Amino acid sequence: MGWKRKDLLGMQDLEASEITDVLDTAASMKEIATREIKKVPTLRGKTVVNLFYESSTRTRTSFEIAGKWLSADVINFSASGSSAEKGESLLDTARNIEAMSPDLVVVRHKASGTPALLARHLRCGVVNAGDGAHEHPTQALLDLMTIREKKGHLEGLNVTIVGDVTHSRVARSDIFGMRKMGITVTVAGPPTLIPAQCQELGVKVSHRLEEAIAHADVIMMLRLQHERMQGGYIPSIREYSRVWGLSLARLAPCRPDVLIMHPGPVNRGVELAPEVADSRYSVILDQVANGVAVRMAVLYLLAGSKKA
Amino acid sequence: MSGLLIRNGRLVDPSSGTDAVQDVWIADGHIHKVGKALKAPAGVEVVDARSKVVCPGFIDMHVHLREPGFEYKETIASGTRAAAAGGFTAVACMANTFPVNDNRAVTDYILARAKVEGVVRVYPIGAVTRNLEGTQLAEMAEQAEAGCVAFSDDGRCVMNAALYRRAMEYALPFGTPVISHAEDCHLAHGAPMHEGIVSTELGLAGQPGAAEEVMVARDIILAELTGAHLHIAHISTAGAVRLLREARARGVRVTAEVTPHHLLLTDEAVRSYDSNVKMAPPLRTKRDVEACLEALADGTIDCVATDHAPHALSEKEGEFAEAANGVAGLETAVALLLDRLVRPGVLDLPTLVTRLSTAPARLLGLPGGTLAPGAAADITILDLEQPWTVNPATFQSRSRNTPFAGCTGTGAPWMTLVGGVKVSP
Amino acid sequence: MISREKAQVLDETGLDRALTRIAHEIVEQAGGGEDVVLVGIKTRGVTLAQRIGAKIAAIEGTKPAVGALDITLYRDDLGLKAEQPVVRSTEIGFPIKGRTVVLVDDVLFTGRTIRAAMDALMDLGRPRIIRLAVLVDRGHRELPIRPDYIGKNLPTSRRESVAVLLSEHDGVDRVVIQEE
Repeated sequence: MGWKRKDLLGMQDLEASEITDVLDTAASMKEIATREIKKVPTLRGKTVVNLFYESSTRTRTSFEIAGKWLSADVINFSASGSSAEKGESLLDTARNIEAMSPDLVVVRHKASGTPALLARHLRCGVVNAGDGAHEHPTQALLDLMTIREKKGHLEGLNVTIVGDVTHSRVARSDIFGMRKMGITVTVAGPPTLIPAQCQELGVKVSHRLEEAIAHADVIMMLRLQHERMQGGYIPSIREYSRVWGLSLARLAPCRPDVLIMHPGPVNRGVELAPEVADSRYSVILDQVANGVAVRMAVLYLLAGSKKA
Repeated sequence: MSGLLIRNGRLVDPSSGTDAVQDVWIADGHIHKVGKALKAPAGVEVVDARSKVVCPGFIDMHVHLREPGFEYKETIASGTRAAAAGGFTAVACMANTFPVNDNRAVTDYILARAKVEGVVRVYPIGAVTRNLEGTQLAEMAEQAEAGCVAFSDDGRCVMNAALYRRAMEYALPFGTPVISHAEDCHLAHGAPMHEGIVSTELGLAGQPGAAEEVMVARDIILAELTGAHLHIAHISTAGAVRLLREARARGVRVTAEVTPHHLLLTDEAVRSYDSNVKMAPPLRTKRDVEACLEALADGTIDCVATDHAPHALSEKEGEFAEAANGVAGLETAVALLLDRLVRPGVLDLPTLVTRLSTAPARLLGLPGGTLAPGAAADITILDLEQPWTVNPATFQSRSRNTPFAGCTGTGAPWMTLVGGVKVSP
Repeated sequence: MISREKAQVLDETGLDRALTRIAHEIVEQAGGGEDVVLVGIKTRGVTLAQRIGAKIAAIEGTKPAVGALDITLYRDDLGLKAEQPVVRSTEIGFPIKGRTVVLVDDVLFTGRTIRAAMDALMDLGRPRIIRLAVLVDRGHRELPIRPDYIGKNLPTSRRESVAVLLSEHDGVDRVVIQEE
């Protein structure tokens, strides 16, 4: 029991026992949200810097609340664009921040590998809040927490991830994390949006939505970005949503207790019909609530532990 | 005039089929005599090359010297010092300087600088198209006259097949090969690594081997059409090697080079996200490396060239996808090849010497690549037992970008002579 | 570190008698007018609170509310240990504002756990009075904390440790002193 890491860079690095630690801790932390005084003194005096190069109100706010409920001092540093645009190199920015002695830096950046680069150069711990198409570990952790809460267990479940897997860090983190916890993962989407040699990640690959979700316990829908049309990946949003969008009719043959999940924000009418997003199958709002608990757990496990 | 006698070294000269202990007597900057137990008159300096290997000077036919325009990365002075330290007596430098070497004024400038500051021989390669833009031919006739030994838009691929065909035809009378940087810019779409399971796991955009292969195929067909001598730069995939083999069997005038890093590293190295392993073409898979090694051994790939691409630290240090492409390879190439290929018997020494000296000289039509009497005394002497550790801080090059920092091995260049004059150490 | 048992200080009967006496003392001090609730400190404090609650029910006829408090997030030694301690949940399903809260723990030692427990309680609401019931007081206080109800006073040396074994957790009821 216990985390001895300095950083959380990705699900690929975590052992199943470490994932369980986060889920258990997060479950205990969840109770704090129900209190009148939503504060515990655990990280009092610790400084958490949110270094977000990609604008993201949702994830950043989630980390901010998580830090504040733990009594940490949270600083938001939004740098827009790549370091080239900004003029100051990524490492220079990071070193400047480090000179202010933060205990943890939470970083989101559009270039894969950025948190790893920072972790090599910074003394303080680094939390990956999303790097390019690589990983978004706290999202995968909150997804696992939500599934475990609703289903009571993880091992043996069937999860189908639908959509643009090629460009999705959420998909990768979910795949790595779910497989470690004994979940069978299927990915489904048009061949242009499934990355090279994807089956070698240990997942089933399907190009037909109906067959992919028929036996799923959980259907995870990914957001389709409008730029994909320009890149020649899909002919039009309209066709994508007709072939791959989830509607109530498409859900009818699925398991009656199937869960619909989505990392958000939802493109209503594209990957999810509005009726589905608001249906009893959807646990999207639970995901958001669990996001704060999971991030509290991650901050607790990283910030408190004595560094070697 | 004073001379030099290199005594008791193992002479490996594929041009004459020699692999034996012989002495080499240099006078007036040329090879005077080669033979056993030579007696030279007094006043001739003696170099004891016992247990060393004496070879015709190595020639690196793909180097970026960065001058004019990018002197903060490298200059002709520092780059040629790096070449000498790496055991090279001559380099051919690519045209993607600033301004681009697409007219004789820049060629003349490079040669003038090399004459004053260069420590080894410098042979400029001119651009195929103006400013490397791929739309208009560069003035290749004047460039050839000024001294360009080949033409290449290296760094970029000439995407317009009709224009590239014209370029090959136009260059025919000069006897200069056209060197292709084979990369379909749409298939490659700026992706920083090879497309495969590693790029899928790392969430980095990948370019398939096909991006190189479609252009290799196209350029071979154009060479066939025009009769030009096509040379494929930095070949890296098994598919490209297969195309090369088939073309040669058909009698097409195509040659190719491979870099040391494409013989020794795979895309697995990218997992570290260390941008020292970022280059174009990217590191490929184990299967591709094996195909290149096999082709280098059997001569399908004619030579090794480093594609020495120095970059400043700030251009490499940062997000992987944003980092500059390239490896500063001059000072590690020979040592790595000796330790990783010759030592384990993947390549024998005479073959390595052919790939580093005899072949590049022949391909570019340069004097050199031989220790026959009368030839210029460009000589590379190797010490096969010398242990080394790669320490970029001690490079002669201005730049430090190498994926081999900290690596160790045995076998390295020991002494480099150009025109009979010691240029390294 | 391997502890070896040095002496048994309470057997099953002794333990039960101590809890009975504590229950009577709580009832006596409350005087019938106070609204007493019990909050046990995880883990064994909760079990003891359940038992005391049952005994109060036998005396008074009504069982007081019993809650469980996890004080991990309030500890003052986080960051000093090699690993973060496990966080368990707090389950107090009733308001504590304005009520008499009796904290229940198995062993009182330095007093830091009780300090953390009081901070945690304050964040959950504002009790009118907080009192402290412990099964064993082993001395060596590092903070000005004193118990209101004590099962047994047990002077110990620092090298010793006190283990409270309860049938719900350990299969047997006894209190022992161990030495490292």
